[in-house]
Amino acid sequence: MNRTLLAAAAVVIGITAVAAQSDPIAQRKEIMKGVGAQTKTGAAMAKGEAPFDQAKATQIFTTYEDAAAKMPNLFPANSKSGGETTAAAKIWEDMDGFKKGFTEFGADAKAAKGNVKDLDSFKANFGNVTKNCGGCHETYRVKKS
Amino acid sequence: MRKLVLLVVLAALAGFGAFWVVTMPATVPASALGAHTPNHDNGRTMFYAGGCASCHAAPQQDDKTRLGGGFALKSPYGTFIAPNISPHPEDGIGRWSEAEFVTAMVKGTSPDGRHYFPAFPYPSYQRMATADVRDLFAYLKTLAPVPGRAPDHTIAFPYNIRRLLGGWKLLFLDGAPFRPDPGKPADWNRGAYLVEGPAHCAECHSPRNALGGIVAAQRYAGGPNPDGEGWVPNITQKTLGEWSDKDIAYLLETGSTPEADFVGSNMAAVVRNTSQLSAADRAAMAAYIKSLPPRDGPPRPPKKK
Repeated sequence: MNRTLLAAAAVVIGITAVAAQSDPIAQRKEIMKGVGAQTKTGAAMAKGEAPFDQAKATQIFTTYEDAAAKMPNLFPANSKSGGETTAAAKIWEDMDGFKKGFTEFGADAKAAKGNVKDLDSFKANFGNVTKNCGGCHETYRVKKS
Repeated sequence: MRKLVLLVVLAALAGFGAFWVVTMPATVPASALGAHTPNHDNGRTMFYAGGCASCHAAPQQDDKTRLGGGFALKSPYGTFIAPNISPHPEDGIGRWSEAEFVTAMVKGTSPDGRHYFPAFPYPSYQRMATADVRDLFAYLKTLAPVPGRAPDHTIAFPYNIRRLLGGWKLLFLDGAPFRPDPGKPADWNRGAYLVEGPAHCAECHSPRNALGGIVAAQRYAGGPNPDGEGWVPNITQKTLGEWSDKDIAYLLETGSTPEADFVGSNMAAVVRNTSQLSAADRAAMAAYIKSLPPRDGPPRPPKKK
């Protein structure tokens, strides 16, 4: 019985993974949407529009780290176009540089998580981590419409 | 018959003569520049407002104050390569006189008397105050001399005939410096000066006509990216209506939109520069941009399913 359940679970997980892999564009959009939502929270705190909250700060950097780990694997060669992707062709011309950007983003987010103690340290770390955003968008994203 | 031929030849000569005269590259003589004590801090402000490094710093180089050139700016006319404007005596502008630099910035004419292509945004730089241009020159002289010349532009015929740019200038270069609007507050005027002059925002954020001139009625209303793929957004109140002055200033500081998206493409390089300006200057630019009346730009390509 247990074995059947396990097998069924494995099949379900397998199907989910395959489904996700079959639509990497949708998946990376979803991840970036999550990053955007966290960044909005962070920007509000940095700008003083919302009170500083240590738990929220940790959540922001955890989301970034998670995104940095997942994103590099979501750009298979067959996902260059379609689904209103804003991915630039440059990603596939320079996959190493593209992946390096996420490695740095993830490392900065991890470091920030440990460094943030109060609003001032949050502002500094949040600013430092989000510098990665524009740097990557500059080269690897094109808004086509 | 012989008379007719003579007439035609004379008319052609007169026509060519007139063309030659009206397309003569204009200059600013040294005698037009009075005494001036350069202000390096202001020169630095003009350097970052003007975004010089975005094109003149060598690509892929972290130090954006080494202005060896080499950045390729694609266009429908061919590829422009930004030249070396470091103070290197042979390869850069180290031997230029102040009048030659002012001439380049506000008249679009090189020291050897040729028209520059307007990929160098002198239609905006012509709005700059002479004192600001002179301070910028003094600041550029303090940067590191970088050896080496950038390759030549690769421009298709007939656009590669520089003399024709004299005609282009007649159409699109009015030679007028910025005039403040006395009815508007000082910070708005400062912002208008920075946006219209050194920051040359309209050069990318406006559509261009077949001759490569900005479509005046659609100034700041966005258009296809002249430098390759993508779309440059409309920054009039047509699309930025929901943005506050503070939102615009925050974008110029951090690159983040109110939706917490980070601008990319060439705008990321712009933010690297505007982030170096004073908060007051960014707020002034924001006040002016916020005041741009809503205008419709060319239709954006439909979103594909």
